[in-house]
Amino acid sequence: MTTTLDRALVPKLDDADLTLMLEIRAFELKLLDLFSQGLLNGTTHTCLGQEYVPVALRPLLTPGDHVFSNHRGHGHYLARFGDLEGLLAEIMGREGAVCAGVGGSQHIRRDGYLSTGVQGESLPVAAGVALHLARAGSGALALVYIGDGTFGEGAVYEALNIIALWRLPVLVVVENNGIAQSTPIAANLAGTIAGRAAAFGIGHHLVEGFDLPAIRTALEPLIARVRQGEPLIAEFATHRIGPHSKGDDTRPPEVLSELRDWRALYAAAHPEQSERLDQAARARVEAVAADVIARPPSRWAGP
Amino acid sequence: MRVAENLNSALHTLMDTRQDLYLLGEDVLDPYGGAFKVTRGLSTRHPGRVLTTPISESAITGVAAGLALCGDSAIVEIMFGDFAALAFDQLLNFASKSVSMYGSRVPMRMIVRCPVGGGRGYGPTHSQSLQKHFVGIPGLALYEMSHLHDNLAVLEEMLAREEPCILFEDKVLYTRPMHAVRPPFTVENTGGVARVSLDTRPDCVIVAPGGMAHRALAAMYSLLMEEEISCTLLVPSRLYPFDVDVPAAPHVFVVEESTAGGTWGAEVAHAVHRRHWDRLAGPVTLVHSADSVIPTAAHLEREVVVDETVIHRVIREVIRG
Ligand SMILES: Cc1ncc(C[n+]2csc(CCOP(=O)(O)OP(=O)(O)O)c2C)c(N)n1
Repeated sequence: MTTTLDRALVPKLDDADLTLMLEIRAFELKLLDLFSQGLLNGTTHTCLGQEYVPVALRPLLTPGDHVFSNHRGHGHYLARFGDLEGLLAEIMGREGAVCAGVGGSQHIRRDGYLSTGVQGESLPVAAGVALHLARAGSGALALVYIGDGTFGEGAVYEALNIIALWRLPVLVVVENNGIAQSTPIAANLAGTIAGRAAAFGIGHHLVEGFDLPAIRTALEPLIARVRQGEPLIAEFATHRIGPHSKGDDTRPPEVLSELRDWRALYAAAHPEQSERLDQAARARVEAVAADVIARPPSRWAGP
Repeated sequence: MRVAENLNSALHTLMDTRQDLYLLGEDVLDPYGGAFKVTRGLSTRHPGRVLTTPISESAITGVAAGLALCGDSAIVEIMFGDFAALAFDQLLNFASKSVSMYGSRVPMRMIVRCPVGGGRGYGPTHSQSLQKHFVGIPGLALYEMSHLHDNLAVLEEMLAREEPCILFEDKVLYTRPMHAVRPPFTVENTGGVARVSLDTRPDCVIVAPGGMAHRALAAMYSLLMEEEISCTLLVPSRLYPFDVDVPAAPHVFVVEESTAGGTWGAEVAHAVHRRHWDRLAGPVTLVHSADSVIPTAAHLEREVVVDETVIHRVIREVIRG
């Protein structure tokens, strides 16, 4: 892929969107940094390279919508709540943790938001939530984030069938980064995601690039239809530019150099705005980290 | 040699010597070599028989059963044992049943490897000890990796059973050295049971699976030094069917990482009660983790998961009152 830039291909983002994307980036980099300093234990999956996906969807959601996230969920959470402190405290097991430090990076629940670390499990659950929402007639939907690799799980297909049969308001957002842990999509997925959607009679929309206004314009009418019971698979062609977890990226250099990082592309096209907002984002994340690290351990009332 | 290296070399030997053996699992190809690096080097040597799979635990367990039906052998690596839940139907209703439900014995050589256990901060869905959920299924044998058992012999034994087997592998063992036992204790291994003891008559016997052995050993050491309580530890390689000769001692403890309720230890205790009721000073004591999910944060996880301090305290309380 070429790195020469056509400014027109990188339309200017609004300050609020870019700030959120940069804060998510700074947050994820800070996590990797804390890990390397031995200040975090356990595991974590950063969404480096994919930060814009939940930010693009953010204004298309209503407070009544339910978001189902997965192992790579920090961006999903931050785009919904902007709560850097609560998430970092959860990951570090400190006071103020969203789930008392019990769930950690990949098991988080907060009003209208839930994540779990078992692949594919959330799709049927989202169908159940959508069934409830449909009956309540509120026009709310259930959004499920899954990766391309998660199409390996049978539960995904059982759920898609039910979602289509019962016309449930489910929006499946596939973050297709072409890789699952260490396995490239070519070794994981026969056929295509679009083909799968077609097989169930579910609409499919491919999103390329990170032109947020354009993405929203295209998705808005489709999501309005989801709310009426016309489920949709929105497939974002994206890039995981970091490791799967930490220090476990075994992709060869020629593959890594092909990856497109929205941040580098954007910074090259709009250096002044990027620099200004990036500094602010990193400063905010640093302040949050300093605050959270100094907190006492989280307390849990018990099972 | 570390336990993971011992297991890796056992897998290498098996793949080298058995041309009908397959290994299936997620992300098992080099250079990644599996999430815990146990399959390192295997795909390079045996590209046709070491297969990386989609994220499909149920399907790959079924594929292994299909290979086994044809007389081949198969080892499945489940990345985190917790996801063996997705393969439960294949194991319960197909693979183990097939051994006998067609009226004559069908040999099924397949092993499902499950990294289990907490202590690494992976959280509630990546830290469980699932052994108890598989106890009591006819045609399914359960084994647990330990630093006191050579993995090659264990894997050979499983394949020789000609029925599906699960090998539980406590993740914290991977980086531990093989065979180490702290003096004055000595170890002897007979019939798949490692016995760690002193040459005196023990005050109690501890039965523990491999993943618990280090914690049990640490407690035995502190009990000896601080309380002059002497323990004999039995670490069976095969957990189920359980068939271990428990030496004469007034007290027996079964220690495992599983959370409370329907535990493997309860099964062991029942067997010991039936066989040795008249020579016990009291019922077998079960030591296990709390009745709880396994929290992610280290300070909370420590409150739930059994460690050497808990083992030490329980044994002292039972013996000293
Ligand atoms: C049932 C299950 N199997 C395996 C895993 C281990 N695992 C965690 S993330 C992952 C890869 C997921 O790939 P993909 O769906 O493409 O999402 P990405 O990581 O690329 O965001 C795997 C195999 C899991 N969490 N759950």
